[in-house]
Amino acid sequence: MSVHLLYAFAGAGVFTIGLFGMVFMVHLLRKLLAFNLMGSGTFLVLVGLAQHRNGVDPVPQALVLTGIVVAIAATALALVLIRRYFHLTGQVTLEPGSRDDEGHS
Amino acid sequence: MRLAAVLVLCAVFAMALVGTVWQIAGQPVGGTLPETVADAMADSGVDHPVTAVLLNFRSYDTLLEIGVLVIAAIAGISMARLPSLEDPELRTHDSLLHALQRWFLPLMWLVAGYLLWAGAVQPGGAFQAGAVLAGTGVLMRLGGMPMNFLQPRLLLRVGLALGFAVFLLVAVVSAAGGDAFLAYPEGMAKPLILLIEIFLTLSIAMVLLSLFVAAPVNDAREPAEGESE
Repeated sequence: MSVHLLYAFAGAGVFTIGLFGMVFMVHLLRKLLAFNLMGSGTFLVLVGLAQHRNGVDPVPQALVLTGIVVAIAATALALVLIRRYFHLTGQVTLEPGSRDDEGHS
Repeated sequence: MRLAAVLVLCAVFAMALVGTVWQIAGQPVGGTLPETVADAMADSGVDHPVTAVLLNFRSYDTLLEIGVLVIAAIAGISMARLPSLEDPELRTHDSLLHALQRWFLPLMWLVAGYLLWAGAVQPGGAFQAGAVLAGTGVLMRLGGMPMNFLQPRLLLRVGLALGFAVFLLVAVVSAAGGDAFLAYPEGMAKPLILLIEIFLTLSIAMVLLSLFVAAPVNDAREPAEGESE
């Protein structure tokens, strides 16, 4: 049980928290945050597991770096879409007919 | 009721995930990827393994990544109402911010340039430098500096596509010269990687900044179909 394996398990935990938020939360911004958590968990598993088995491995690190940049761009695009959606419909959720502005779950 | 169902689902999934991680961690090491990378480092043109993987051994990933970024930026800009891209109402006129900007902007440009250069030998490179540069752009925007190149005209499009275009050009030229797609010619790896990284930095900063600028929606009139703004 090396410290790198601990990172991998923490990544699994973070991913699960993100999955819970993704499924359970209704507000679109919360869904987006949860989705980012899932991504971060994946990165942690990828790097932690590879380092546990192979030592410092530049290939998964480069993949994760690529993934982080794509995740940032995707998050920004999602924010643009959510704001546009809110502007057009006044809704913050995808539930039909719920025009609440607080949108807590 | 719904909460319980979701919790059970997540618990089952978490157990499956932890079990898989545990199982993989216990298996004997199969691949020799770090050794392969270490053996090929001498040909890569740079001294830092992550940069070598990003821009030489697996540069195909990086090429597609900048492609994804450009698509995201174009989609983001096309979602925004065009007048909001340079909305004076969104600027703050805080004198403290203005004073700080004078000190911070040159420093941040310097940091971005350093990160770009340092990528050859230590952690750093185009993405970190691009992120710092984009942060500088956000600060400039919030501080009310006029940034006319963010208007959706030729300059913005060129800036967004530049990194991808230069990367693709290098790849195609080496392919046309009889080498493999994205294979750098012998001895040219370092200057080519540096060239690609410089333009990647600019484009990544432009992508992130334009997505930031595109996000606010104001009440400006939507230009009709075919009408110029």
